[in-house]
Amino acid sequence: MTEPEPLLTLRNIETYYGPIMAIRGVSLEVRERSIVTILGANGAGKTTVLKTICGAMDPQKGSVTFRGEDITGRDPDRVARLHLGHVPEGREVFPFLTAEENLAVGAFTRRRANLNEDLALVYGYFPALAEHRKLPAGFLSGGQQQMLAIGRALMLRPQLMLLDEPSLGLAPRLVAEIAEIVVRLNREQGMAILLVEQNARMALDVAHYGYVMEVGRIVMEDTCERLKNAPDIQEFYLGMKDQGVRGRRRWKQRKTWR
Amino acid sequence: MSELLQLLVSGLSKGCVFGLIALGFVLIYKATEMLNFAQGELMMMGAFVAFTFVNLAAMPFLAGFAVTLVVALAFGMALERGVLRPMIGEPPFAVLMLTIGLGFVLRTVAVNIWGTDPRTLDVPYAGEVLVVREVVFGYDNLIVIGATAFLCGGLWLFFRRSRLGVAMQAASQNQLAAYYSGVPVKRVASLVWGISAAISAAAGMLLAPISLIDQNMGFIGIKAFAAAIVGGFGSLPGAIVGGLLIGVSEEFALRYLWPGFGEVTAFVILLVMLFVRPQGIFASLQKKKV
Repeated sequence: MTEPEPLLTLRNIETYYGPIMAIRGVSLEVRERSIVTILGANGAGKTTVLKTICGAMDPQKGSVTFRGEDITGRDPDRVARLHLGHVPEGREVFPFLTAEENLAVGAFTRRRANLNEDLALVYGYFPALAEHRKLPAGFLSGGQQQMLAIGRALMLRPQLMLLDEPSLGLAPRLVAEIAEIVVRLNREQGMAILLVEQNARMALDVAHYGYVMEVGRIVMEDTCERLKNAPDIQEFYLGMKDQGVRGRRRWKQRKTWR
Repeated sequence: MSELLQLLVSGLSKGCVFGLIALGFVLIYKATEMLNFAQGELMMMGAFVAFTFVNLAAMPFLAGFAVTLVVALAFGMALERGVLRPMIGEPPFAVLMLTIGLGFVLRTVAVNIWGTDPRTLDVPYAGEVLVVREVVFGYDNLIVIGATAFLCGGLWLFFRRSRLGVAMQAASQNQLAAYYSGVPVKRVASLVWGISAAISAAAGMLLAPISLIDQNMGFIGIKAFAAAIVGGFGSLPGAIVGGLLIGVSEEFALRYLWPGFGEVTAFVILLVMLFVRPQGIFASLQKKKV
């Protein structure tokens, strides 16, 4: 009775920006049909982990395995071809192409695909995009651009979607909407999702399993249920300050990480 | 009146050549953020290659034209792959110097292969004229205009309608996001260089019957660069419009102003444009994101 191979495995990844070590040995797993989240403050290296997975950055050490294939250091377009979607931080839509053309570019790798079917799927999840399909993406609102970016990745028919800060700069109502879409995509399309978030409350509500990153390493991992109840998480990520912990610094409690 | 019309047509045809080379500049700039100052030399090479096929190998003109386009496409792609791609990530100034050097190399190569004597391209329409109500138009000029319109139409369709064309636009607007969507950005950059070289070669072939082919014909690339800036660098229609503006002005200046003034018209227009409307006629809306 062996467990099935995880969809995505990172083993001991180390990634540098020039001389600066951004990721200091990260290992993580994403199982099929699961939502996994990475929490962490600014500069913890969350985005770099995603960039390393999708091939925009090459790790110095370690390996990335997706669907049993070693994709370490492969160019991003070849990784995308394996049905790995990436929604980058800050939306990054193509501003002068219409919404529909943006989505069509998302289906670039799928030469034989039935474009209309895929478009219908995306418009089903994001009716607002159907309304503005002929509008240049630069004219869309922030929330619509975020939806467009997710829709564009959806056009790949991904087995795994990397979502980088989808709630960035959005109103709370939109954040809730995006969260709902994430859950629906996971449930209805059977899509695994690796969610990077600063909005820890939303991320922990949505995800099944969570990793916590600090300065380039993973300092904690557990199911989201248990993470939600961990005192450290409550204090530092959910803002529920307990009187008793006040004054005591986190790094004085833990001594296992340098 | 008839003189004005004739000047206009020959100015437009000259402008079309400027416009096509300017188009080459802009395409490469938009896709790879490199300024290719060997664009004029690519045009010169195109003219020489066409000369080889049409005059020396005695191919029919249209076939020679087509083969030259294919050769130019391949040459442009190879150039990107072999010379420019290793420069990714180097400072823009280094790339600029490299392309200027490339221009020198191409001129030397041309001299070594084809010699320094000016050549003429044998075209069936050389010297033929069309007379409409006593106004005489050279077929060579008319064909330049027609072929340019045809090429631009084809390019427009390609960029608006085809899967690859839209992906190319996407890659120029946001390289990383295009990568994430599975667009092979590196191969797209090669292809853009190929297309740009082919357009320049077309310009060379169209210009060849009007002027002569020699290793220095590529220097009009500088005027084409001015045209690209006047049109609003980064705008494809702007490149053509800028080219036409400069071509027509130059033709009229050559005829009506003091001798020697024609040669500087392009730069006078450029200067005036930079004072009055520095973003060019068709300002592209995109501010460069750092």
